[in-house]
Amino acid sequence: MSTGPGILAPVTALGAATLRLLGEMGALFLFLADGLRLIFASPKQIPKILNQVFVIGSKSLFVILLIGVFTGMVLGLQGYYTLVKFGSEGLLGAAVALSLIRELGPVLTAIMVTGRAGSSMAAEIGVMRITDQIDALDVMDINPMAYLVSPRIAASLISFPLLTAVFDVVGILGGYVTGVTLLGINEGVYFYRIQTSVEMADITGGFMKSLLFAVIVATVSCYQGYFTHMRRDGVGPEGVSNSTTSAVVLSCVFVLVADYALTSFLL
Amino acid sequence: MRATSGWDIRLDALAVGYGDHVVLHDVNALLPAGEISMIIGGSGCGKSTLLRHVLGLQRPMAGTLSVGGRDLFTLAGRDFRKVRRRMGVLFQDGALLGSLTLGDNVALPLREHTGLPKATIRQIVLHKLALVGLADYADYYPNQLSGGMRKRAGLARAIVMDPPILLCDEPTSGLDPVNAARMDHLLLDMQANFPGMTIVVVSHDLRSLDAIANYVLMLHDGTAAFAGPVDALRASDDPYVRSFLDRRVDEDQRTEVSLAPEVQQALDAWLER
Ligand SMILES: Nc1ncnc2c1ncn2[C@@H]1O[C@H](COP(=O)(O)OP(=O)(O)OP(=O)(O)O)[C@@H](O)[C@H]1O
Ligand SMILES: [Mg+2]
Repeated sequence: MSTGPGILAPVTALGAATLRLLGEMGALFLFLADGLRLIFASPKQIPKILNQVFVIGSKSLFVILLIGVFTGMVLGLQGYYTLVKFGSEGLLGAAVALSLIRELGPVLTAIMVTGRAGSSMAAEIGVMRITDQIDALDVMDINPMAYLVSPRIAASLISFPLLTAVFDVVGILGGYVTGVTLLGINEGVYFYRIQTSVEMADITGGFMKSLLFAVIVATVSCYQGYFTHMRRDGVGPEGVSNSTTSAVVLSCVFVLVADYALTSFLL
Repeated sequence: MRATSGWDIRLDALAVGYGDHVVLHDVNALLPAGEISMIIGGSGCGKSTLLRHVLGLQRPMAGTLSVGGRDLFTLAGRDFRKVRRRMGVLFQDGALLGSLTLGDNVALPLREHTGLPKATIRQIVLHKLALVGLADYADYYPNQLSGGMRKRAGLARAIVMDPPILLCDEPTSGLDPVNAARMDHLLLDMQANFPGMTIVVVSHDLRSLDAIANYVLMLHDGTAAFAGPVDALRASDDPYVRSFLDRRVDEDQRTEVSLAPEVQQALDAWLER
């Protein structure tokens, strides 16, 4: 059957794009499945995973602290001026803590780590691809997925919840700084409201989000780097640069979409 | 020591390429076990591509490729990996892992595939680095070395598992004459140290051909122009073989390219300002 130009051309193009997208998503899931499976390939993975935990942590911790404090401070400020209209500024602690634990902590942590560690996963693996290093691993019978991708996925699963917890804590302290120190809310009330309003379900929800985001960011970033040589929009160093950009953009988009989906599921 | 038999490489009516772009077709050759074979041919004729197929990194478009009597592309995953573990490879640019030191690069296959204690691995690594003259550089990163040193380090990594087959992509290109000669000597030493090792060297270096080759596969015009012992190559009167060996450009191969006069004038006008 011919699919030449004509009235059906836009439909054909849309169909082709949809098929490509579905194919890409399928490939991404297979990549993830392979990466997860190979985490348990051998005990030799453990030092590689710990090394990646260190890399992700050392790259991201400072920026997480910084963003966490300021996010908490802004939440404190905004929350105070909203709550004070209803005479319930005493609830500030609960408002800050719940927004952080349920939403902003996992999401902003994921986005910050994407910028710091996700981008470098894509760039590092992409450079290895274009300089034959991945082929060299393959030829040495060292599975490049097990050597490069699995430790990064596993390390993300460990680091994301920890970094999210750090973000939440410094965020709550940031809210304390504006709420209590600057705007004069009673210190005891601030923490009492946190204690009474935050439930275990909020914390597990945030924890599950951070695990999901870890998988998304590590998989998308590694996938972009790993298949740098298959890109149609650039070869060589330009391909690596495009892979890095796509890794960051796609990770952030997927994180926000997944956040909505998971939130509606959890509520 | 390993028994001297077996690890030859046979190409039968092999066609290789990318997508539907055929780079080489109908290549027949036997690279014999225990000898140094050289794949020669002009730049871009498909030498590296052929090597990628021997490594099993790409599938051929047609024909068969057997290593040690086993058809590489019909082997099941596990057997395929068993054969491939027998190959040590020096890539054209070394392909050392940039995030590891030389010592760690060379140690990598030992760490991944053996349970040897650290101290033993260290000794093996230092020995292999000493073989290529880099014993003092174990703690350097690939970026801190010259191109020639990276190639030698790549060679050390290629031989760390004592493979019976050693494949080298242009080990001497980009090296000064002294270092190129050293690399040739290294390859001869390899053969002396590991009897029975099948060595395949991709090159277009005629001096290396004189120095080390026993067998030659010459690629030209998308196929094998010659395959056989080096003496037969020298005796050959095939015009391309002769022009390659005598480093001569035949009249019909010389390219006549000139700019259209008005374009040349326009360029000159700008250059005169
Ligand atoms: N990834 C690729 N995709 C498509 N074509 C390629 C690719 N790599 C190489 N080629 C083509 O294959 C042909 C052979 O390339 P190859 O790298 O094998 O040459 P070579 O003989 O190793 O050259 P050199 O001596 O310069 O290293 C060239 O025409 C090249 O354009
Ligand atoms: Mg080449």
